Amino acid sequence: MTNRIKNATPHMTRNEDLIFERSKPGKTGAELRPLDVPARSAERTLGDLYRRDIEGFPEISELDVMRHFTRLSTWNYSIDAGVYPLGSCTMKYNPRLNETVARFAGLGTDHPYTPEQLSQGCLKVLADTQRALLEITGMDAISLQPAAGAQGELTGLLMIRACLRERGDARRFILVPDSAHGTNPASVTISGYEALPLKSDSRGCVDLAELERLMSTEVAGLMLTNPNTLGIFEQDIQKICEIVHIKGGLVYMDGANMNALVGVAQPGRFGIDVMHLNLHKTFSTPHGGGGPGSGPVAVKRVLEPYLPAPTVEEQPDGSVRLNYDRPRSVGRVRAFYGNFGMAVRALAYILAYGPEGLRQATEDAVLNANYVKERIRECYDLPYDAPSMHECVFSDKRQESRGVRTGDIAKRLIDYGFHPYTTSFPLIVHGALMIEPTESAGKVELDALIDALRSIAQEAQESPELVQTAPHTTRVSRLDEVGAARKPVLRWKPAAP
Amino acid sequence: MRYLPSSDSDRAAMLDAIGKKAVGELFEQIPAGLRLRDRLNVPGPLSEPELLEYFEQASVESACDYVSLLGAGAYAHYRPVVIDALILRGEFLTSYTPYQAEISQGNLQAMFEFQTLIAQLTGMDVANSSLYDGSTAANEAVLMAMRLTRRNRVVVARTLHPEYRQVIETYLQHQGVEIAETPYASTGQIDLAALESVVNDQTAAVVVQSPNFFGTLESWAKIAEVVHKRGALLVSAVTEPLSLALVKPPIEADIVCGEAQSFGVPVAYGGPYVGFLATKEQFVRQMPGRLVGQTRDSEGRRGYCLTLATREQHIRREKATSNICTSQSLMALNATIYMCLLGKSGLRALAEQNLSKACYAADELGKVPGASLPFAASHFNEFVVKAPGDCGELLAALREEKVIGGLPLERFYPELKDHLLVCVTEIVSRRALDRMIEVWHRFSRPVAESIADAAAVG
Ligand SMILES: Cc1ncc(COP(=O)(O)O)c(C=O)c1O
Repeated sequence: MTNRIKNATPHMTRNEDLIFERSKPGKTGAELRPLDVPARSAERTLGDLYRRDIEGFPEISELDVMRHFTRLSTWNYSIDAGVYPLGSCTMKYNPRLNETVARFAGLGTDHPYTPEQLSQGCLKVLADTQRALLEITGMDAISLQPAAGAQGELTGLLMIRACLRERGDARRFILVPDSAHGTNPASVTISGYEALPLKSDSRGCVDLAELERLMSTEVAGLMLTNPNTLGIFEQDIQKICEIVHIKGGLVYMDGANMNALVGVAQPGRFGIDVMHLNLHKTFSTPHGGGGPGSGPVAVKRVLEPYLPAPTVEEQPDGSVRLNYDRPRSVGRVRAFYGNFGMAVRALAYILAYGPEGLRQATEDAVLNANYVKERIRECYDLPYDAPSMHECVFSDKRQESRGVRTGDIAKRLIDYGFHPYTTSFPLIVHGALMIEPTESAGKVELDALIDALRSIAQEAQESPELVQTAPHTTRVSRLDEVGAARKPVLRWKPAAP
Repeated sequence: MRYLPSSDSDRAAMLDAIGKKAVGELFEQIPAGLRLRDRLNVPGPLSEPELLEYFEQASVESACDYVSLLGAGAYAHYRPVVIDALILRGEFLTSYTPYQAEISQGNLQAMFEFQTLIAQLTGMDVANSSLYDGSTAANEAVLMAMRLTRRNRVVVARTLHPEYRQVIETYLQHQGVEIAETPYASTGQIDLAALESVVNDQTAAVVVQSPNFFGTLESWAKIAEVVHKRGALLVSAVTEPLSLALVKPPIEADIVCGEAQSFGVPVAYGGPYVGFLATKEQFVRQMPGRLVGQTRDSEGRRGYCLTLATREQHIRREKATSNICTSQSLMALNATIYMCLLGKSGLRALAEQNLSKACYAADELGKVPGASLPFAASHFNEFVVKAPGDCGELLAALREEKVIGGLPLERFYPELKDHLLVCVTEIVSRRALDRMIEVWHRFSRPVAESIADAAAVG
């Protein structure tokens, strides 16, 4: 069994309790500079409001902190350690240089309310990022305010709504394909619209007849992911936009999959009206175990007046200013100007690659996905056999008869030394295996991933229980998620004395 | 390109394996008319040294050589070097949201610790593992209160951060909600009588910040009484959570939300920061955002996993409690490490320094002829002071001395012309404070003289 696993060997990791369990009274991990003004008695100054103790708060040395979090870190898989083929997440290399420049004095330290003339460095970074992203998307105007993709979606939908309302035509529904990411319908609800599901056709793409049927004067627009969540380019995109536009609707494009398009095609030419980007996907800003992200929203001229305020605007004299005077704006979606530090990193990424490099990265990402697809297609069911862009989606149909599901295959992939692909998404695929290698994997690593996936397919036939009970090499085995939800324990509490 | 691992021979071999002659064939699925013919018009490619130069230029054009007395929702505190040593570890920096628990135990345990620290600090039962920032956390708290009460009226204190209020307005604009603003009293605290008159049986949530936007501390007991009498929920918002090391936590509130940037997260021109939301046990199932729970593996070992996912968008789609997916985990880790390093005594000592320094600055500015401290209630590390004359001119005089002297409040509060919001954390030295105070005195002299002249002429 284990000789099949070439990419990894189990190794020792250290056990580590919760930080609270390391705590001992009187310890500290930070010492302050001596106070250089007269000390005030907090108790006297605050009176009734004075707090005597932060119960349970840890007391530990700096070394304790270092060891604790270093040990914790060794329990995580990471891009730095290996291929991370998590579909729809674009887990590409996060250049370390970007971390360095984001911490430069000023960029890492300027206060958001610094007078504009003193923070031109930060404002120019924002302006340069905007300009580059507009060129890449082919859109007309942009806001970097949304904090992640989902907030970009909401912002875009609010803009659609504001535009239609000005036309005296508020409408009720947004069409959302059944293959869409969960944030799409969730954002629709918050925008005050109702999500109207749009069935995909046998190609896994938008069903034009169905779109014609559903598109009415009650429908404000369509939210479309392109390439879609199957990794397939929606070839009818222009026709789709036309159908929506003829009935007075607008088209939102979820740009989570821009890694398939940068330098190759500009969504601005597709006919769409508004889209978001995920800087933490396509533009390499690190995921950090679940954020920060950044979800810039880019629009065509029709929607420009509704962008969140303030907008970042270059002046004829080369300076950059914040424009708050935007009477038709949908408002503000986040305090200050969004996740500024992510714009710094995204800009560093774009500048490092340059135009040819960006295109090369896209080509590599698409080539890698097609290579993986081609080499495992004899082992896994491919429900939608169309040309792939940056990712490919298989189903667990062939393994299911042996009682092995996509989640099991994913867990077994961990034993082989890889982070799993995305499981169970998109929902239109029964037991989906969604694989996105990105450009950050060379052939040697892809071949190892392919070997692992092929080997697991074989294991599923020969010894399904081995796969069903995986992972076998991690410090914890499968966790009881049902138990966790039934009686949630969401914090540490001191043991009763 | 240095970041790309593929060699040309790899590419050729892979193309060969999939039966294609050129990579361009892979893009033929995109209609020809939509394919880009020209190169993108973006700068680059830049080598590493060139990139450093590019951003050094941006750094030079910043305010990094100024002493800043700006707070207002973003606080500069000293950041121990251990934070970056840890958060730059690739295992934290370059991992995804921990869907695969067995190879994400490090992130999961750290988030469980974050949840615990926030709960301890706020006096709540449970906290989530982060939201985008304080402004969106305040909004999520409001939406949560609306779900819990099934009511659709919201009251926000006028002393809630103005940009937080704007975010709430943006999110609620199509929810059929009435938003009422409730004023502050002459003390700088919320006006209780006015609050009493504005809260009614349709009120879902009352949002009050403490220390509020003026830096003034609120007393929760009386506010809670007014709010709860009408069956509404009290949302306590915190932008400077360091205050909670010395100030009683808002245990009377139903939801405590806020911004944890203050815990060692770089000020970084407004983000990335880290929102949090804490509440009582009974409201857990209406919480937004990711939650980490403790559980056991098949051999009984303690472990952690994401839990109560049935609240979330990937399961509930249009019926989810929130649309949030990617959040701010790395910044939550940053805040966790910071809180652990300082620990119980360090955080209190730091809070005492902030209090002492702000009191010193407020007292000294209060003595400047023509200046005044309009709000009498206690503050933490921020306070409002009225300038002895035109505050734009005063700020310009301070800038000459390389000091950014505070935030002019007129921008958000037209009635507070020439009032400045001044924040003093531990990183501002006494020498810098004295320099700033000296400028105020110099500035006030001509003003005082012209008043005297006017009086003499009159
Ligand atoms: C297709 C798609 N749309 C939207 C999102 C939401 O983006 P974010 O997580 O940045 O909010 C994701 C990310 O997971 C996605 O894959």
